[in-house]
Amino acid sequence: MAEKGATQEKIPRQPMPEQKPEIRRRNFDEVPLGLSPEAAKLEAKRCLQCKKPACVAGCPVGVDIPKFIYCIREGDFKQSIRSLWTRNSLPAVCGRVCPQESQCEGSCIVGKSGKPVAIGNLERFAADYERLQGTGELPPKQKPTGKKVAVVGSGPSGLTVAGDLVLKGHDVTLFEAFHKPGGVLVYGIPEFRLPKDIVFSEVGFLEKLGVKLEVNAVVGRIVSVDELFEQGFDAVYLGVGAGLPQFLNIPGENLIGVLSANEYLTRTNLMKAYRYPEYDTPIPRGKDVVVFGAGNVAMDSARTAMRLGADRVRVVYRRSRQEMPARAAEIHHAEEEGIEFFLLTSPVRFLGNEKGRLIGVECLKMELGEPDESGRRRPVPIEGSEFQMDCDLAVVAVGAGANPLLTQTTEGLQLNKRGYIVADPETGKTTKKGVWAGGDIVTGSATVILAMGAGRKAADSIHKYLTWGW
Amino acid sequence: MFKIVKREEMAEGTVILNEIEAPLIARKAKPGQFVILKATEEGERIPLTMADTDNERGTITIIYMVVGKSTATFRDLKIGDGYQDIIGPLGKPTHLEKVGNVVCVGGGTGVAVLHPITRALKEVGNHVTCIIGARTKSLLILEDQMRAASHDLRICTDDGSYGHHGFVTEVLKEVLEAGDKHLVVAIGPVPMMKFVSKMTAEYNVKTIVSLNPIMVDGTGMCGGCRVSIGGETKFACVDGPEFDGHQVDYDELMKRLQAYGEDEKAHYEHHCRLQGR
Ligand SMILES: Cc1cc2nc3c(=O)[nH]c(=O)nc-3n(C[C@H](O)[C@H](O)[C@H](O)COP(=O)(O)OP(=O)(O)OC[C@H]3O[C@@H](n4cnc5c(N)ncnc54)[C@H](O)[C@@H]3O)c2cc1C
Ligand SMILES: Cc1cc2nc3c(=O)[nH]c(=O)nc-3n(C[C@H](O)[C@H](O)[C@H](O)COP(=O)(O)OP(=O)(O)OC[C@H]3O[C@@H](n4cnc5c(N)ncnc54)[C@H](O)[C@@H]3O)c2cc1C
Ligand code: SF4
Ligand code: SF4
Ligand code: FES
Repeated sequence: MAEKGATQEKIPRQPMPEQKPEIRRRNFDEVPLGLSPEAAKLEAKRCLQCKKPACVAGCPVGVDIPKFIYCIREGDFKQSIRSLWTRNSLPAVCGRVCPQESQCEGSCIVGKSGKPVAIGNLERFAADYERLQGTGELPPKQKPTGKKVAVVGSGPSGLTVAGDLVLKGHDVTLFEAFHKPGGVLVYGIPEFRLPKDIVFSEVGFLEKLGVKLEVNAVVGRIVSVDELFEQGFDAVYLGVGAGLPQFLNIPGENLIGVLSANEYLTRTNLMKAYRYPEYDTPIPRGKDVVVFGAGNVAMDSARTAMRLGADRVRVVYRRSRQEMPARAAEIHHAEEEGIEFFLLTSPVRFLGNEKGRLIGVECLKMELGEPDESGRRRPVPIEGSEFQMDCDLAVVAVGAGANPLLTQTTEGLQLNKRGYIVADPETGKTTKKGVWAGGDIVTGSATVILAMGAGRKAADSIHKYLTWGW
Repeated sequence: MFKIVKREEMAEGTVILNEIEAPLIARKAKPGQFVILKATEEGERIPLTMADTDNERGTITIIYMVVGKSTATFRDLKIGDGYQDIIGPLGKPTHLEKVGNVVCVGGGTGVAVLHPITRALKEVGNHVTCIIGARTKSLLILEDQMRAASHDLRICTDDGSYGHHGFVTEVLKEVLEAGDKHLVVAIGPVPMMKFVSKMTAEYNVKTIVSLNPIMVDGTGMCGGCRVSIGGETKFACVDGPEFDGHQVDYDELMKRLQAYGEDEKAHYEHHCRLQGR
């Protein structure tokens, strides 16, 4: 059904086929199934091909949206992905995980009078089409420069730097602390939202281009940044993410059954605990699960708990629905899967039994008071509103901090008071010569596309430095 | 792959030694540090302390007790086989300093962890008394090595089959009574560390223990290894694994080690059935 006053052709936004909620809530297969070529072409027709496209301004890396969509409309899928690649090296990922409603699609002109063009779904389509049916042709690479670059961390920002610099002819080595590359894309975001094969195929593509990959390499332990220079690296990029779990700091948090989202998701995704005992890593399968927080991490934890067989999953958040930071699609999917939201609620303490196992959590009801520094209305506890929720598993997803392991072992690197690396927002340069940084370790937890954008800027700056010395 | 170049069985095959090629780790490792090993694609990440490192040969040595599915999988690896992944060196190294008279107390496989620390404490000029224990004589490990690493070695067995008949704490009491001890290092089962710490607190002797909570990443990223030290939460993989023994909440640690107890037991028994053991 066309919305009133929508585009001139009155084509409705093409729905994304999805696994049905009652089925998908118990499996780890991807939820959206992808657009067919026909649906993609039809959706592409909804784009007005604006001369001054508002959508592009809304994309942190400035993808040429009208162009790649035009190519899809014309059925030239190969040209479409080529155009995407010039600005975004991980379109299959971004099409799936970008918060489109506050970025590209949020600015789309069609969205002013109806539903915006499904830019994310189209981006995903073009990338999937290339991966599954494409020629696998490699982009042209420049002559070797003889310069060596070390990229520390293989999350989206490190991968972007590696990809950009290898194409410019530099000799790039990626160092990753875990035994598998991909950062949050692999250890954090679940399979049902971002199949790991996609991430590994992107990394495989970089390896084909000549990027060397060193897994199991915790920089700061097995080798220091200064030693990397001694070993002949000319530049170092730090994209180590914000890998420090934050806890609630309330009594009872060390009971068995209280896990950080990092632990819960790493066990499930990276270690494949959802396939235990085929894989050896165990995971607590709570029947009555409570998740604290309301960002993407909380939604991922809650939906994972449901898939691991919970009878009931509740998300507890101290502010209101409006302030929930998760992507709209994740909140919607979570609700469809039967996850309950307890808003304006804050935990006070965890309750355990004599074996040290979690049996419940005591919470307080909140109301919204005056706005705080962030401009959001501050939640204030309602006196005497204590109540108890029974639960056998609690996942704490209230944010991440800067992991000090690498920064503490690197001299000459200026950090801000919260422990994040200080880097020039335009170039990614740090206070240490020859060292750049970007992504979550500079900005704090943000988004995949912002981490990639920071990587792109740093890669440009590193290339200049290696070419001209500045 | 990280290749196994030497393999030995100890304590009637319940404890296994592997010397493994890992030159980059060997170059950096210090006493007290550990590695995380994963044998296969499907395997779990298991933390084990380096019992020895050889920079020239480019190897590290681990000594582990077979207690569950993962360590049983490790046991099946032969010379020439290898581990798919080894991550390290992790954790803070032991703080090595000349303090005077040191007592090193080890129980079970804790002796393997204690050995490089004992040797290093002696090398920096301390007088080292060692007390090691096991359930029975045949389960005692590294006796000769510990004798060489210390000035005075005392042995205990729970059943009296060798050395003092009784627990290490009984011998420790004698040693502490003799006076003039400046540091105790205790590594072994949690109850052992708990009782050693209780005793040394009475004698007011500083005590270091090495904690072994369940871990995943070993880099401070998951918080699964949290322990309570003097009422504060610490991550054992980056803040430890060694801590002031008088500050540790041992009861909490013992409970947390049972987090997956039942699941793992079933998994291990299933594995044993498949292997016909
Ligand atoms: C569960 C979850 C869901 C999310 N969902 C979304 C979403 O839907 N959309 C979105 O846009 N964003 C989402 N985000 C945020 C997004 O994933 C991050 O902002 C992004 O991944 C940051 O990228 P990065 O490259 O800076 O770091 P990371 O992705 O964190 O990668 C850093 C890498 O560096 C490695 N590393 C760390 N220390 C060292 C060291 N000393 N030596 C070597 N390697 C090291 C780490 O192991 C890791 O692999 C989500 C985050 C989480 C946790
Ligand atoms: C920093 C560190 C250093 C260690 N060094 C050594 C070492 O040098 N030699 C050695 O033999 N062991 C060491 N351990 C203990 C070793 O990691 C565990 O024995 C191993 O993880 C058990 O794995 P599994 O799958 O074989 O047994 P599981 O099936 O996981 O467990 C079997 C039984 O052991 C308990 N358990 C689980 N994890 C641990 C743990 N971390 N410690 C103690 N019990 C546990 C379980 O509750 C269960 O009852 C160390 C642990 C840490 C954290
Ligand atoms: S990269 Fe993200 S924000 Fe940019 S166009 Fe693609 S989906 Fe939209
Ligand atoms: S703003 Fe919307 S309609 Fe205009 S070019 Fe961008 S996607 Fe197309
Ligand atoms: S093992 Fe994950 S934080 Fe220590």
